[in-house]
Amino acid sequence: MDKILELKKLKKHYPILGGVMRRPVNSVRALDGIDLDIYRGECLGVVGESGCGKTTTGKAILRLHPPTSGDILYHPGDGGESHNIAKMSYSAMQRTGIRNKLQMVFQDPTTSLNPRMLIKHIIAEPLKEQKRWGARELETKVVELLDLVGLTGDHLMRYPHEFSGGQRQRIAVARAIAASPEFIVLDEPTSALDVSVQAQILNLLHKLRKQLNLTYLFVTHHLLVVKYISTRIAVMYLGKMIELAKTEDLFAGALHPYTHALLSGIPNPDPNLDKPRIVLEGDVPSPLDPPRGCRFHTRCPFAINVCAKEDPPLVDAADGHKVACHRRQETRKLVREKFGTADYC
Amino acid sequence: MAKLLETKNLVTNFYTYEGSVKALDNVSISIDHGETFGLVGESGCGKSVTVRSVMRIIQSPGVIEGGEVLYCDDAEHPEQCEDLLIKSEEAMRELRGDRISMIFQEPNAALNPVLTIGEQVAESYMFHRQRSMSRQILADVESGKISFGIFSPLLKWAYRRASENPRAPALRLMSKLPLLKLWGRPMRREAVNRSVGIIERLGISNAAELVTRYPHNLSGGMKQRIVIAIALACNPTLLIADEATSNLDVTIQAQILELLQDLKERRAISSVLLITHDLGVVAETCDRVGVMYAGILCEVADVKTLFNNPVHPYTRALLNSVPRFCVEGELATIEGSVPNLVHPPAGCRFHPRCKAASDICKQEKPKLVDLGNGHSVACHHIDEKIGE
Repeated sequence: MDKILELKKLKKHYPILGGVMRRPVNSVRALDGIDLDIYRGECLGVVGESGCGKTTTGKAILRLHPPTSGDILYHPGDGGESHNIAKMSYSAMQRTGIRNKLQMVFQDPTTSLNPRMLIKHIIAEPLKEQKRWGARELETKVVELLDLVGLTGDHLMRYPHEFSGGQRQRIAVARAIAASPEFIVLDEPTSALDVSVQAQILNLLHKLRKQLNLTYLFVTHHLLVVKYISTRIAVMYLGKMIELAKTEDLFAGALHPYTHALLSGIPNPDPNLDKPRIVLEGDVPSPLDPPRGCRFHTRCPFAINVCAKEDPPLVDAADGHKVACHRRQETRKLVREKFGTADYC
Repeated sequence: MAKLLETKNLVTNFYTYEGSVKALDNVSISIDHGETFGLVGESGCGKSVTVRSVMRIIQSPGVIEGGEVLYCDDAEHPEQCEDLLIKSEEAMRELRGDRISMIFQEPNAALNPVLTIGEQVAESYMFHRQRSMSRQILADVESGKISFGIFSPLLKWAYRRASENPRAPALRLMSKLPLLKLWGRPMRREAVNRSVGIIERLGISNAAELVTRYPHNLSGGMKQRIVIAIALACNPTLLIADEATSNLDVTIQAQILELLQDLKERRAISSVLLITHDLGVVAETCDRVGVMYAGILCEVADVKTLFNNPVHPYTRALLNSVPRFCVEGELATIEGSVPNLVHPPAGCRFHPRCKAASDICKQEKPKLVDLGNGHSVACHHIDEKIGE
């Protein structure tokens, strides 16, 4: 499979300024060394609790937040030369058309659409940037895009407030695919929506990925949502990636204790099903001063001495299944012993 | 089981510039003693309006038009009920937070940022428990645990009055006068002591230190626990949790749900009315569930029946659209969107989105029909649906 993006040791630290001179005194380590390959045509789900760096990953890839260090290699689909996005200047990104190729859909459609712009102008904006079409062509293109996301040409001359939440998210999707991108970061696109509408948007995104041959980075906190759409899932905790596996493998054979806690923490809409109930103690530690060793050891029910000392590397446990845990060979046994079962289906 | 709360044909409208929003249309739910009742539905279906009508905290353009809210929390006389809708505002204030309390969705908005945690939890005691606290302080003085020093005669007099009637005019005058108004200090200290007690009961270890902190010092999960502590302060019979876990992370949500479960097992709370849009939360915590859609109650059943044999087309569609662990393939969706309640569809409010809708659905409102075992459904096509 060919790669579209390679993240190498990607770091993003937000400085905390202090003192009279406003010098950086400390830093929030939102991303602390991420290594990740994203393959063309896949949907990679990124899961974790709030503050674990999942949105920062997405924004760093698009250079919405410039990364502190590390490389982001982008391999265009048309066989053009690869670029290191992390080191490029903004003007070079625009010139090479990378800005068009990498797009984003934001979490809350009520705030990501300008309330003073007509739908027509919202969706045409990324197209206008390219200065290739006249007004009439733009309008036909916008109508095509609206059809693609399940809206019609009647909606052209309306404002965002006239739409329901689900329709607004469709408009945001239409805007993201307008510039015919290759890669879209979806930042919790369904968390502000109701379940029935969430299903509509998930099905739409799935259809578009097949139809337009897109690659997604689907950021969410809900593992079940991501299960329906993703081919691979990455689990993050406190700025580190702790597990990366194919969706089926993750649900059938999660290896990291935190992944187990996430899976068992999802309220299960099926009263007949038994699954382990792992309730973690305490809160996520502050990313200002992450724990030494394995970052999860303060809340981990199976932590041993080595966990507090050494940071486990992300290693291959099985075919394409990567995990960062010192006790990766025995976690499933431990979960089964302590909580009865380690299966979620 | 004896009934604790029953709403009968509750109707609430909001009078806006666009017209009257018919937010609740004859909603009748009933909750038994010791039960966890879940109310589910999409946003805007009237879950929150229902409980706000029960608590009588509907805000300005909203008016409770009709119906009854019967509350029977007297354990000795289960048949003696009072209608909350005809009570005076004064009586409702006495009742809220004491016999019924509520947890709100957003702990950041529910807590006052300029007061310490201790002051906020203590406020509940200061409002509802002045009498018993005064008696406690008098007893402590008699036994020599605390001493009033040279102010003893005055304070003893004040607390004796307060243990009889905390709203006595003399005490209210005293609270307005300089220096004399400090008579309430020992009571406030007692209230904070009690708050430490209730926070400790929620399984938080450093409660004594916590009461001196401000809300911004705490994490989201901890704040929600404090909100629960405020609600539980006066041992309410009914706890209403309005989307209590919606804004929390999964692991924190699991902690809070476990806490509620634990409190129920220890009989710290008798009944819970849980409002949520997450069917998973309902399946894991509730005994009985009511499903709401666009201001009407479509189906009420116990959890197992609702998830295994749903009857109403909306319940079925909703259950199908939820992502699950063991189901592969595409998610089912409900076409269309929730109707605008200024002009709700005539007849059954679900008919524009219902696949099985026929002519009668467009004309007549279906009534809630009891199918036995506490399972009731509001649909014209019940017989056909059960057969499927």
